[in-house]
Amino acid sequence: MRDAENRIWSREGAVRMRSTKARRGAAAFAIVVSASIVLAACGGSSGGGGGGGSAGGKAPGLAKAECAPIKSVMTEYGDLSGKHVKVYTSVVAPEDVPQKNSYKLFESCTGATVDYEGSKEFEAQLVVRVKSGNPPDIAYIPQPGLLKTLVQTTGKVIEAPKSVVDNVDKWFGEDWKKYGTVDGKFYAPPLDANVKSFVWYSPKMFADNGWTIPTTWDEMLTLSDTIAATGIKPWCAGIGSGEATGWPATDWLEDVMLRDNGPDVYDQWVAHEIPFNDPKVAAALDRVGGILKNPKYVNGGFGDVKSIATTTFQDGGLPILDGKCAMHRQASFYAANFPAGTKIAEDGGDVFAFYLPVTNADQGKPVLGAGNFIAAFRDAPEVQAFQTYLSTDTWANEKGKATPNGGFVSANKGLDVTNVASAIDQESVKILQDPNAVFRFDGSDLMPGAVGAGSEWKELTAWITGESTKDALSKIEDSWPAS
Amino acid sequence: MTTTTPEVPATATAPVPTAASVAHQKLTSPWASFAAIIIATLWTIPTIGLFISSFRPEEDVKTSGWWTWFSSPNVTLENYHEVLTGSDTKLATYFVNSIVITIPSVLIPITLATLAAYAFAWMKFPGRDFLFVAVFAMQIVPIQVTMIPLLKLYVDPPFGLPQLAGKFWTIWLSHSIFALPLAIYLLHNFMKEVPGELIEAARVDGAGHVRIFTKIMLPLMAPAIAAFGIFQFLWVWNDLLVALVFGGGNLDLSPLTVRLAELSGTRDNDWQILSAGAFVSLIVPLVVFLSLQRYFVRGLLAGSVKG
Repeated sequence: MRDAENRIWSREGAVRMRSTKARRGAAAFAIVVSASIVLAACGGSSGGGGGGGSAGGKAPGLAKAECAPIKSVMTEYGDLSGKHVKVYTSVVAPEDVPQKNSYKLFESCTGATVDYEGSKEFEAQLVVRVKSGNPPDIAYIPQPGLLKTLVQTTGKVIEAPKSVVDNVDKWFGEDWKKYGTVDGKFYAPPLDANVKSFVWYSPKMFADNGWTIPTTWDEMLTLSDTIAATGIKPWCAGIGSGEATGWPATDWLEDVMLRDNGPDVYDQWVAHEIPFNDPKVAAALDRVGGILKNPKYVNGGFGDVKSIATTTFQDGGLPILDGKCAMHRQASFYAANFPAGTKIAEDGGDVFAFYLPVTNADQGKPVLGAGNFIAAFRDAPEVQAFQTYLSTDTWANEKGKATPNGGFVSANKGLDVTNVASAIDQESVKILQDPNAVFRFDGSDLMPGAVGAGSEWKELTAWITGESTKDALSKIEDSWPAS
Repeated sequence: MTTTTPEVPATATAPVPTAASVAHQKLTSPWASFAAIIIATLWTIPTIGLFISSFRPEEDVKTSGWWTWFSSPNVTLENYHEVLTGSDTKLATYFVNSIVITIPSVLIPITLATLAAYAFAWMKFPGRDFLFVAVFAMQIVPIQVTMIPLLKLYVDPPFGLPQLAGKFWTIWLSHSIFALPLAIYLLHNFMKEVPGELIEAARVDGAGHVRIFTKIMLPLMAPAIAAFGIFQFLWVWNDLLVALVFGGGNLDLSPLTVRLAELSGTRDNDWQILSAGAFVSLIVPLVVFLSLQRYFVRGLLAGSVKG
């Protein structure tokens, strides 16, 4: 219909348009306003829940044995029967079922009800809803950059209450707390996490050929040469992802930046204290190119180097199952992309993943990852109680138990590894809880949107299809918004 | 469309064929039919592919194209099963929501637009041309520009009016607002075509505006109204943006398109069920379109070409 409109317009109205521009604005406003007045009158009153007010009384679960672990939440916030907490997330069916199940303990102990809504248009919709004054109570924000934008431009995000701060101090590392903090104020505790520094491989294939898991970058390249000599392309990759095509390549670059130069330089790079086309970044990207742009190494199961750009990231690692490819660097969540029935295990499994080796032994054990942060938009006891519940070790363990098919990882130190279902998730939790591990958040999620969700994707895709390292990095540097 | 065709004068005698019969002859030649069949086939192939895909098992869909189905015909209803039962909320709920959203969103603009079109076409009042141009010009206001301001009005209405957000009202209203400019314009053009003599005759017989509108205009305008109705129906039924923005925050208000958009899972690893989902949501508009299609073309031409 809009096409038809446009056609009619361009054919008949082009001349009139210029002369009526000003009047159109006024008339449009008048009609919208009057229409809403007329129809609003028929709308009846709405049932919008009132915020604020302290909930008195005793929580219904205070005496129950299973509620003991969250006693502090119950005593602090009291009886929340009949109260609703609206949660808005980017996790949709069928992955939302474990989320909902993990809230059951909270609901039965406090009496509150959690209304869950997932949407894949979450990131765009959340901004619209917050700006127009219709925010959810709680939102799981996947990017610290988005949290910062919301805090600074709308001022609608509510600071975390003391109970949440205490939990985060107790259960999470300083680095995680930092990502939920904007301008010195702490807003959002971490919800979950994923580990990106993984290389997927087939344990069976490695065992059959006598290959061993590399522990340094050079060993990994030697192994790649060995595999290439057998006629198999050792690496496979896919960076296609619709309009977000290119993001898997940014993870490669971030992982290598972290390994070559350490967390401090990485932080400077993300904060644009060193330029994007700094020689250190160029060296890191060239190291990535040593694998991704090496025609001897890629693209197993798909074709030449350029096929990386056209292969979707969902399909990128599947040739491992057919023995057409040996290694695929992708995050822990990639486990969900293997077809049902694939055995994901270290011993004799069809697939498993090893930690992406370090390049520079001086920089410790860097871990690249990402996660969601719990932001609150309404100042009410039930909302604070829920935010507090989600930041406890109790919830992390509940969520682990509620996710029997795997796909849940948290940096919560109180998470018991045995409560996490899949082998790869256990491996991720171990890496996150390792005291030597230095965690850094996915850099493209921290950079301004124009770079981290724009030029970096685009230029790294062009880089895969032939652009030089120097040109690609200079173009990204030029796109960094001046501020 | 008045192109001068010298060889066909208005008062043509028998041996000279009329423009209509020339067109009829040319369009019914075997070659024209052949071309039409080729085009129809080409245009239908993607839909057939989608249809076949919707019955193929997950592994086949993900590893090979739909045309390989002819050599290895595996059929499963798993995809449809997943679409119908794959989430906590039943698909029927979304279906009902779609219907609840669509019907008022079609009826409200049609009612208002026929009345407005009549006034613009046959009633004389000061500022009529100015108002009509203003309505016409509003067609170029992009929906996206209006979203945040409009939602703000719903959430926090001026003059102490009751809050609307979180109800079907917001979606109905928004669809009506966005549809009205085109609706008024199309119906106005159609109404203008009705010969003035007819109206005058009715006046002489003592009919007022109400009688002229109900007894003469409405029956004559049935094709145009039906055409616009289909237009609006398809637009609203397929709409995701308006429903997401104005119905946001409430699964009770979500139409089928919202479920469809999330069908493939959080990281798109279930995309094999999308084709089945597409067919499920396609049934209703297909039935509506097929049953009303003759009005569709007729009304479309009546409204738009003779502006």
